[in-house]
Amino acid sequence: MAQFSHGGARAGAGRPTGEPSVRIRVPEAAAPDILAYLDDRRVQVRLAPKPVATDARRRRVPRFLANVPAGFPSPAEQYLEDAIDLNAHLIVAGHEAATFIIRVQGWSMIGAGIYDGDELVVDRAEEKAIGRVVVAVHNGAMTIKRLHKRAGKLVLVAENPHYTDRVIAEGDEFEIWGVVQRVLHKP
Amino acid sequence: MRRIAHIDVNAFYCSCERLFRPDLAKRPIVVLSNGDGCVVARDALVKQLGVPMGQPWFEMKKFARENGIVGFSSNYVLYGDLSRRVMSVLGQFSPDREIYSIDEAFIDLTPQPMLEGRATGHAIRDRVWRWTGLPVCVGIGATKTQAKLADWIAKHDASLDGVCDLTAMAPKERQARFAGIEVREVWGVGRRLAERLREHAIFTVDDLRAADPRRLREHFSVVLERTVRELQGEACMDLEEAPPPRQQIIASRTFSAPVYDADEMAESIREYMGRAAAKLRQQGSVAKALGVWIETNRFRTQDAQHNGSRTISLPMATDDTGVLTTWAVALMRRIFRAGYRYWKSGVMLLDLSNKGAEQLSLFEAPMPMHEQRRTTVMRVIDDANAKWGRGTIGIGSAGLQGARGWSMKRELLSPRYTTQWKELSVARA
Repeated sequence: MAQFSHGGARAGAGRPTGEPSVRIRVPEAAAPDILAYLDDRRVQVRLAPKPVATDARRRRVPRFLANVPAGFPSPAEQYLEDAIDLNAHLIVAGHEAATFIIRVQGWSMIGAGIYDGDELVVDRAEEKAIGRVVVAVHNGAMTIKRLHKRAGKLVLVAENPHYTDRVIAEGDEFEIWGVVQRVLHKP
Repeated sequence: MRRIAHIDVNAFYCSCERLFRPDLAKRPIVVLSNGDGCVVARDALVKQLGVPMGQPWFEMKKFARENGIVGFSSNYVLYGDLSRRVMSVLGQFSPDREIYSIDEAFIDLTPQPMLEGRATGHAIRDRVWRWTGLPVCVGIGATKTQAKLADWIAKHDASLDGVCDLTAMAPKERQARFAGIEVREVWGVGRRLAERLREHAIFTVDDLRAADPRRLREHFSVVLERTVRELQGEACMDLEEAPPPRQQIIASRTFSAPVYDADEMAESIREYMGRAAAKLRQQGSVAKALGVWIETNRFRTQDAQHNGSRTISLPMATDDTGVLTTWAVALMRRIFRAGYRYWKSGVMLLDLSNKGAEQLSLFEAPMPMHEQRRTTVMRVIDDANAKWGRGTIGIGSAGLQGARGWSMKRELLSPRYTTQWKELSVARA
């Protein structure tokens, strides 16, 4: 190496070697559209910082957007949307592992729109329970009521005037099993 | 220093049965093998009553009635779904999570040295309890063997509140604790090896820790040498590398390159199932339930995430790679979603029993000729793979043998609360 002090390849010079690239040919008439389409895509990518995805379904990217077809972009693409996904709508994003479905038996909660035979989407990860409809375990039985706090005591409140409220007494076995996020009701 | 956490659910099957039955909060529970044969899982209360593992149910019916013991048929669909939930919650704590068995996982805490061990342990415990309703204990150690032992300590010392961190323990206290535990509680030692260790004057965990690993290798095996080194705090086992758990078989790996395609995923499932089924036959067992899971890398936050998992009960127990693979691939296709960057998959064989001793279902004939031929084929496959290396011969496309009726009724079977609309848990309003 000492022989030559000038010329030759210099380490680190030139365009950074990244992914290998290829040239492609497209019909001349279609070129502006394709370039515009690619530009569009590039801007999209740059403008959309990706949030932490906790909900898988909502961040799903339709597959064919990822392939760039040589030719006219389909005008349908800008209208492309996922089908409505009930899971994404009914389950709190990120709480999938903590969400259970429980069936209702009884009429004490009809004021809250909860009827006999309905199904409840119950979320164990929901931390705020006061004021919410909850599935509670009281003295060994699962019960559905609205949870309130009155005079420092937890109260299970029915939403039907024919039922009385239950105040949780000291020494009772009481646990909040989960918080009701949705009611599935067939009218 | 490395820091590994081991987490497992206390009396997992029993705790699953209790989740939707708060009326059984204080009742002792056993779970029975399929066909309601014998006890395969006991909770702490049952252990206190002195019921041994493997006790036939018919022999203890009277005892159960007198002591208020509730028996359940094993409901692997329910356990599989709750396992998936637990593992998903554990995945929130570290990207390096290894599912070790249906109710156990290791988490590598090394990348988060700022986290205080006990506090992290309690956070894990509280989170799993809050989200899934299942009680877990957490053990933390410098190696997997230590972590597992720490978990054992957490389980057996009520004053620790379910969390034991050996890495934060004074050496003196650690030694005192090790000296109080029988050597057979160490991961991978077991009863028979413990008896042989006795001849070398090794009785407690601390005796083993103090032993010379090289000498033990001469007398026993390189595996035991590794165990001793691990007990001493020298990590010899990476995540995804461990002695097999009892009563279930798992094969799982992180892919070398991400997988986007269901067919490619099917290849991985076939390979893992081939491996798991070979292990199954090696130990002379058959499986009657299996689970499959696939996952994306949760910690690549720029990616869309999907974790899928499903467990089914098979119509009959089998050790046939073809049958097991067909089910596993079919399950995988049910949970696979196009467009995700999957990085890991796994299969799990459950509800194991000894081959030949398995209960026949109403519609099963005792091993017809066809089955026997099949058994021969399996033996040939295993022999070939043993001789020329794993994966020499495998199942390409395996057809399911003729449809069979569903398994016999299990009298004490709980509803599949979490996977069947018709079997939802009911709460009074």
